[in-house]
Amino acid sequence: MSATKFEAVIGLEVHVQLQTQTKAFTSASAAFGAAPNTHTDPYTLALPGTLPVLSRAAVDAAMRMGLACACDITRRGRFARKHYFYPDSPKGYQISQLDEPLCKGGVVEFVLDGTVRKVRLNRIHMEEDAGKSMHAPDAPISLVDYNRAGVPLVEIVSEPDLRSAAEAGAYLRAIRQLVRWLGISDGNMEEGSLRCDANVSVRPAGTEKLGTKAELKNMNSFKHVEAAIEYEIARQSDLVARGERVAQETRLWNADKGTSHAMRSKEQAHDYRYFPEPDLPPLVVDDAWLARVRDELPELPLARLARFESLGLSAYDAGVLTADRHTADYFDEVVRAGAPAKKATNWIMIDLAVRVPPAHLADLIALVDAGTISGKIAKDVYEKMRADGRAPRAIVEAEGLTQVSDAGAIERVCREVVDANPKQVAQYKGGNPKILGFFVGNVMKATQGKANPEMVNEILKRLLS
Amino acid sequence: MIEGVAEIARAVRERKISAVEVLEAHAARIAADTLGCFYRLDPTAREQARAVDGKIARGEDPGLLAGVPVALKDLFVTKGLETTAGSKILEGWVPPYEGTPSRKLREAGAIVVGKLSMDEFAMGSSNENSAYGPVRNPWDPTRVPGGSSGGSAAAVAAGLVAGALGTDTGGSIRQPAALTGTTGLKPTYGRVSRYGVVAFASSLDQVGPFGRSALDVAHLLQAIAGHDPHDATSLDRPVPDYRAACDKPLGALRIGIPAEYFKDTPQAMGASVSSAIDELVKLGATKVPVELPHTRYGIAAYYIVATAEASSNLARYDGVRYGLRVAGSSLAQMYARTRAAGFGAEVKRRIMLGTYALRSGYYDAYYLRAQKVRTLIKRDFQRAFERCDVIATPTAPSTAFALGAKVDDPLEMYLNDVYTIPASLAGLPGMSIPCGFIEGLPAGLQLLGPPLGEEMLFAVAGAYQRATDWHTRRPPR
Amino acid sequence: MASKITDADVRETAVLARLELGDEEIGRMTRELDAILGYMALLDQLDVSGVEPMTHAVSLDLPLRADVVEALEPQLPVAEALADAPRTHDAFFEVPKIIEVGD
Repeated sequence: MSATKFEAVIGLEVHVQLQTQTKAFTSASAAFGAAPNTHTDPYTLALPGTLPVLSRAAVDAAMRMGLACACDITRRGRFARKHYFYPDSPKGYQISQLDEPLCKGGVVEFVLDGTVRKVRLNRIHMEEDAGKSMHAPDAPISLVDYNRAGVPLVEIVSEPDLRSAAEAGAYLRAIRQLVRWLGISDGNMEEGSLRCDANVSVRPAGTEKLGTKAELKNMNSFKHVEAAIEYEIARQSDLVARGERVAQETRLWNADKGTSHAMRSKEQAHDYRYFPEPDLPPLVVDDAWLARVRDELPELPLARLARFESLGLSAYDAGVLTADRHTADYFDEVVRAGAPAKKATNWIMIDLAVRVPPAHLADLIALVDAGTISGKIAKDVYEKMRADGRAPRAIVEAEGLTQVSDAGAIERVCREVVDANPKQVAQYKGGNPKILGFFVGNVMKATQGKANPEMVNEILKRLLS
Repeated sequence: MIEGVAEIARAVRERKISAVEVLEAHAARIAADTLGCFYRLDPTAREQARAVDGKIARGEDPGLLAGVPVALKDLFVTKGLETTAGSKILEGWVPPYEGTPSRKLREAGAIVVGKLSMDEFAMGSSNENSAYGPVRNPWDPTRVPGGSSGGSAAAVAAGLVAGALGTDTGGSIRQPAALTGTTGLKPTYGRVSRYGVVAFASSLDQVGPFGRSALDVAHLLQAIAGHDPHDATSLDRPVPDYRAACDKPLGALRIGIPAEYFKDTPQAMGASVSSAIDELVKLGATKVPVELPHTRYGIAAYYIVATAEASSNLARYDGVRYGLRVAGSSLAQMYARTRAAGFGAEVKRRIMLGTYALRSGYYDAYYLRAQKVRTLIKRDFQRAFERCDVIATPTAPSTAFALGAKVDDPLEMYLNDVYTIPASLAGLPGMSIPCGFIEGLPAGLQLLGPPLGEEMLFAVAGAYQRATDWHTRRPPR
Repeated sequence: MASKITDADVRETAVLARLELGDEEIGRMTRELDAILGYMALLDQLDVSGVEPMTHAVSLDLPLRADVVEALEPQLPVAEALADAPRTHDAFFEVPKIIEVGD
């Protein structure tokens, strides 16, 4: 084996299904999971005489992604026909974009191993999805479902700026986070609303000239994407190290075997015979539309992360809270309701799925800070808040959970416990300080947990000394 | 029997005759037809007529075209009624939806009596490419009616229906109108919705009416013109009163005469058209010579663009979801055999030409270049219309030719469209009106207008048809 | 522009177009297309530098549609969607087995 080090050069093509109500070019439903062929209409089935009509919502969603990635938005976009014969392609062509895609350039930023990476984008364009075909297990037939045919997609094409499988995985996760953040897709690889193909080549480390690239397909999860890219880098490095040629081909990942194989060469060469879509005049994005979408963009994940860290959160905590926009928004609302940032974080991170009203959570924290209830009682109150949605004060009052901070009352109970347990008193005085916990426990029990724990500790120590 | 769209609609509305009576009279003619105009009849025709009579009896508005019997080129998608586009590949296809032009006709009270024969997928100039048999010209049954809307033109010429809809991509309304002595209009591109019209060449196809007079055609256009949210290429512009336009005074009409359209014209046709233009001069118009220097490149540009778009639009005929399927041992073979069996020779030829022109490596040289030539042709017209109001030319180089005469040479057939193609490429409105006879066969005068210049065309045609009677001649029964 | 179109060109194009043509048809098609393409060479005479390709006759911006299910056209009940299909299997369209996945 040669000692030459190889550098991987990777670009990803990511398809994201947009979460609009209707398909891109017709008003049939775009919802996922319906019974086969229940979301079809004449256009979806490519019946003779049908025509495409583009939905504004699809363009809005695509533009949001483009602006979030700092792309240039094309003011007069064009659509194009991309021809290929396949049962899941009902018209025999897919409406896509070639020469004037909606978004040009752009960048996706993400954090990996503590550093911010920037991957340049080539473009983001709009297109329609294909139907789904599946093979019958015991007959030489395939079955086609057109529910998915026509669902709006954006295709996000990166420049070949990625250098490792891990980086590719992080980039892909960043895209997923962003599309979910913007509310344009649920970015679910298992369900197919986020799909990824990779272009991989290698070159000797430190050189500029690009090697021959292979295209990888059929990677159905983040793990598969990383594994497939790792495998491909190794495979190509091995070939080149032995002086052999890397073939320019499309390879399909086999997750079960952990290997890839080349597609039959006959299928490789696609002549898509692109030409501008004559049924769709130019898509005009005017200043007003652009400004509106820009204004409505939320604070993006990395900016939110930075802001959270500036509030005193650790990088880890800030990362957890910004993984999901709803969680990040919730945190902001709790802080806006008056809660200190770090304490709000601790409570929210107990269970990220829980969303009690922000004002309630802020109030709960305030009650603990004021000494009205103990931290331990607060946890019980929180569970009750989850269960029935009541405000914390209401719960505390209704159930008489107010912390007892009356020194006299506490001292009375402490004396009773001390007097009732002479054996343990002797053990404590005999040099076993841990037995204090026994007394504390009994005092808490006698007061239904409401005694102020610091005062109990202080008074017991005094009584036992 | 009362004849013509305008007359029938008025008579029915005024209760001089019922829609059912009108239908019966035309149905009898249709039953006796030996020209082959119809592919099939609409079994609901009588019901449609009764509905119109019912509305009138109840004092409700029966619509602009009340009781008028019309028929549709079989390119129009009709819900519940077989639609074949003249092809075997759609034999037996019964659409589950209705297209806009036919829907609008019905809503206007017209009685859709059936579907008309055509060249397969609108590709042809003689109706001989119909997979279900040719159509004969009512003026001489040994001759073609023109194409691709041959059935539409012949049915109107023979009085089987009062009006018909066809489509015009490179001349497929105007040329058959000229060959059958009827009036046919190709509107401005986008004036009439293409939703529910089986696509041939998307950037060229236009729906248009046939009638026996400009006034009849104006009635039909009135009903079908206008914006349609189903068609992103349909124009969102107001629809004027086309019927009133037929009566508009010509004023100081300037008729543009392009030398390019007359220099190679056979003598008799040139003479016929010239005397028609002289008729207009007698009515107060002046002739203005104009130049359309890129005319000679029209056919080449057209046959690249149209076939490229056709090869794309016909990719959906694969035997998977509807239409003909021929079994194959693999998916690819099923596709290839289905399409080979389902498409006729001309359609295959055009698919091949169009596919070739779009292949990577050839796109710039063919399709892109042809689209640029289109711009040059459009600019020619723009310049010409700065100096004239309407352009007058022959519609076709010859009168109706014999069945079988041109089927062996596709290129020769394409050259038939020399006068109609440029206006299609430029998206301009064009009308053919009867202007005389040459050896007993009709000849047509073509009038071309600027974008959305239909009113101008109706005014000129209306004036011409008041001063002459070519359009009133009827073929021998 | 292109020189003569050959038999091989025609065969490749026929595959791209999914048209099964017999040998005799290929021969005839080659002759016919060659004649037609020869005629098309007329366009090479023109200087089209700086000329924009024509898209639409009357300039038009793309109209957009509201995101409302069935606003344009009702969805088809499954039975209707499948009604004209040459072969179906349960609620699916049936085709001969597709060999390669993942495209």
